This record gives sequence, structure tokens and C-alpha cells, in this order.
Amino acid sequence: MTETSAITAGHAPSDDAASATDGTRAATAGASEARPECVRFERAAARVGGRTIWSEVTLAVDAGEFVAVLGPNGAGKSTLIKATLGLLPVSAGTATVLGKPPGEARSRIGYLPQRRNFDAGTRIRGIDLVRLGFDGARWGIPLPGLPRRAQATERVGEVLELVGAAGYARRPIGELSGGEQQRLLIAQALVRRPELLLLDEPLDSLDLPNQAAVASLVRRICREERVAVLLVAHDINPILSYLDRVIYLAGGGAVEGRPEEVISTETLSRLYGAPIEVLHASDGRLVVVGQPEAPFVHGDRHAHD
Amino acid sequence: MIEAALFQGLSWNPIDDVRQLLLFPFMVNALEAGTIVAVMAGITGWFMVLRRQTFAGHTLSVIAFPGAAAASLAGLPLAVGYFSFCGLGALTLAGISGSRRSYSGESAAIGSLQALALALGFLFVSLYHGILNGLNSLLFGTFLGITTGQVTTLLVVAATTVALLAVAARPLFFASVDADVARARGVPVRLLGFGFLLVLGLSVAATSQITGALLVFALLVTPAATAHRITCRPFLGVALSVAIALAVTWIGLTLAYFSVYPVGFYVTSLAFALYIVVRIVGALGARHPLVHVRVEPA
Repeated sequence: MTETSAITAGHAPSDDAASATDGTRAATAGASEARPECVRFERAAARVGGRTIWSEVTLAVDAGEFVAVLGPNGAGKSTLIKATLGLLPVSAGTATVLGKPPGEARSRIGYLPQRRNFDAGTRIRGIDLVRLGFDGARWGIPLPGLPRRAQATERVGEVLELVGAAGYARRPIGELSGGEQQRLLIAQALVRRPELLLLDEPLDSLDLPNQAAVASLVRRICREERVAVLLVAHDINPILSYLDRVIYLAGGGAVEGRPEEVISTETLSRLYGAPIEVLHASDGRLVVVGQPEAPFVHGDRHAHD
Repeated sequence: MIEAALFQGLSWNPIDDVRQLLLFPFMVNALEAGTIVAVMAGITGWFMVLRRQTFAGHTLSVIAFPGAAAASLAGLPLAVGYFSFCGLGALTLAGISGSRRSYSGESAAIGSLQALALALGFLFVSLYHGILNGLNSLLFGTFLGITTGQVTTLLVVAATTVALLAVAARPLFFASVDADVARARGVPVRLLGFGFLLVLGLSVAATSQITGALLVFALLVTPAATAHRITCRPFLGVALSVAIALAVTWIGLTLAYFSVYPVGFYVTSLAFALYIVVRIVGALGARHPLVHVRVEPA
């Protein structure tokens, strides 16, 4: 497992043919800094419980980009998010997040963890949850009448409007639908105007219309608020048309590049070290055939990393 | 007969009755102690119910019993036993919940600890002959023997716990409802969990001295659970929890003073009755959307 060397594409500082074909990112390894980098991993590795999850991962996310993290179960997608947050140190290589070591720029990152739904008995209002995203980490009690408090109230109202959740933000969150809860959680992640948004499977457990709606909401936020988005997805199809780039994790390594470069028969076969076929359905959807585990099929997700 | 037992000395003139209530120093002490304990238990209990740590709280209150029994056996003040055992219990519970991931494993471990605490309490009581009269008050509380010194201790403990909770209120709320995001934002989630159990232990130890080990819940859980049913606004919820705890304590003490029945019975029954009323109104409200109290499916 640990021996598997990664195939890097796109941003790898190598003379690989893949990076030469990628016109927009021909400049690598510090040559041009026109767009500030939000996330940069250089030959990074992650270990959880003595097991190497991935290694030799090199990737970069620029400001304002919409990037998907794809891969089969257990490939380390959530691990990548945790490493970006600094909750898990990289065991080899380097990682830089918003120009600092991971964990030092936490207040500039919005984070939406995986599989977080509130059961019907949860007696918390959505608006309070969003408010916690704004100043929940602060000690002491906010006194009424302080300018900071009015500022917080104003920002919370603004962000609720942005995600379209103002109509139900004052109801207990346990009574809301999955799509409504997800919008509130995105509002919570956005409330501090982060420069980077880490969304771990935000489309999980949503029905198809809600998947489409939340995906287009994330895209709109990415463009209008100029936030870089790193979105972990199980199924690329709801977000395919919105993506700037894709990071595909499998076989202990990663490939990064434009969606059509990465989700291809050739690249994925190389990454998995096994024959993989990518089929293009007539409606534009992609189907990946031949993986050890099929991540593009709904309803088989349990036992994540 | 019953009326005579219930309302001994009650003149039905409110001013006279309040004056009579405050005539004896022991009653003044009881009211002061009850007030302090109610405020502290109302606030701590609200967070405990929010964090779904009712079982841990119950175990701490059971641990208070061997603590008090051991103190009497050793000839120490009861407070020493209450605080040391509840503090140790809180540390143990924090260790259990820190090391275990699954809720079922955690609750089983807490349950085992609770059984051990009861057994130890029974052992200490057996070793200490002639405590029979005291056993009742250890388990069910008394308001007759509260000294001014005890009131002062309670005040110090309550001020400490309330101040700690006030400082940590927002991060604790964040960590309780949304631990993953709180951790990602740099909130010390584990430290807060550990600290909260210690604060809970302090509150239980102080409350036990008034309500007894078994009736701590009347003040710690029931008012908080009722408040959570009525509102999901955090500030209003804490205020309501305190208000309910204060009301049942004052009414309970008054009723106990003018009757032969114990104070724990009154406080518990009043709190429970209010909880039932709120649940029923909530259940009706779920059918009639005009009533805004909502109830979860049981």
C-alpha cells in the first residue's frame, strides 16, 4: 500500500506531458504568483493509526477556484480535508494553507464536516448555529448593546439571505429537511467571510433536486464571494459543469487536473493500476466502470475513513 | 386530619405567613441555600440536558451518597465527602468519555460506576452503626440543619461554577451542539467536556447537601428539561431553567415548613408536574400548529 507511488498531473513540478497540456497552469513551483494559492501540498503524505492513507500528493488550489475531491471509499478524501484544517499533521512533505502551516489560518477557513444531520429532537435554532460559526469560539458572554453584537446579527442575517435560509432559520434545526439543514450549515461555514471553504460531502443524503440546488448555490458563492471551494463528493455528476478542477484520490496517491483530464480512462487506469473505463452517457454524465469499489453509485456509503 | 398535617400554623395571610417563614434562622438559611442551589442547578442543568449527559449527572449524584457516608464514617464534615467524591467521580467520567468512542460503551461504563457507588455507600453506612436517622437525609435531603457556614460554602461554589460557565458559555455551547466544526475552529472541545464534568460534579455535590443524593435531579434535570421543551433560544432557555428551579425550591420549602411532608417530595413533585404539563401542551401544540411549543416524537 505504501509503495504505491502517486501519479501527479496538472500542478506537479515535473516535465510530465500532462502538465504541459494544461495551459492555465503551465507555470509551477513558484514561477508565477499572479493568483494567490489557497492550498498547496508538496509530496505530502498522511498517516492515520500507523497506516499511510496517501503519499506523494502534490496539489494546489488557487483563490476563487471550485475544486472537487473525488475517489472511492477509504481513499482519504476526508483525511485530505483534515490535513488542510491542520487537525491531522502531514507525515511527510509539506502543506501550506493560506500561506501558513495548516491550523494557523483556521479563522479564515469555513468548514462543513461530513454526515452531520440533526435528529428531530435537536432543540437548536438554525440561526443560533450560524451565529456560533461567527463568534462561537470566543470566550465570555456577549453583552447587549455592544457594536460587535449588532455587527454579528447583521452578518448572520446577510449570510442567511445569501443561502436562502432566512425563512426557516428561527425554527429548531431538527425539524428541517436535509436540504434546509445543509443550507444553514453552509451559511455557518460562510459567516466569517472565509477565503477557503472546505465542504465534506455536502451533497450526501440529499435528494437529486436538492443536490442540484446546493451545488449551484456553492458555485454561486464561489464566484460572487470569491471563495476557493474544496468540495468532497461521492458523485461528480451534480457538480461536473461547475468545476474548475478535480483532485482524484485512489490507490494511495492523487491526480489533479481539469475534470476531463482526470476523469478519463487513461488517467484513472494509471492511478488505480488497474483497467478502468470512463463512459460518457448521452446526457453528459460520467460513469466510471471497473473500480475496486464503485464511488459513483448512490447508497453504498458507510465506513468512511 | 390531612388538612391539619398539611397546613399547621398557616394563617392564610401572606404577610404574616412570610414573616412566620423567616422567623427561625434555620428557615432563613434553608431559603438562602435553596436559592443559591436553584440558580446553580438551573444553569448547569441546562447545559447538561443540552449535552445529553443526564446519565453522567445522575451517576455523579449517586456518587455523592458514598461520599457523604464515608465522611460521616471518618468523622469529617459531610461537605468534604460530597465534594471529594463528586470531584473524583467527575474525573473518572471524563476519563471514560474521553477514551470511549461509542455511546453504548460509555453508558455501560457509567452504569457500572453507578452500581459501585451505591454499593460503597451501603458498605459505609453498614460500617457506621446508628446512622439510620442520617441515612434518610443523605439520600433525600433535609432543610433543617443548614448552617450559615454551609450557606457561605454554597455561595462560593455557586459563584465559581456560574462564573466558569459564563466565561465558557459560547465555546461550550458550540462544542455541545457542533463539536466537529468547533474543533476545526480551534475550540478546545475535549478540555471543555472535561471541565464541564468537573463543574457538574461541583454542582451535584453542593445540591446534594440540600436535596439529598437521590433528589438532586429534581433541581438539576427537571427544570432544565422543561426549559428545553419550552424554548430553543439559548439565553431564554437558561433563564427559564433558573426561574423554574427557583420557583419549585421556594414553593417546596414553604409547603414543607407548613406541613409534615419532606421538602424533597414537594420540590420533586412540583418540578415533575410542570414538566408533564409542558409535555402535554407540547403534544397538543404538535396537533394544533397555532401553539408554538413543539414536541419531539418520544
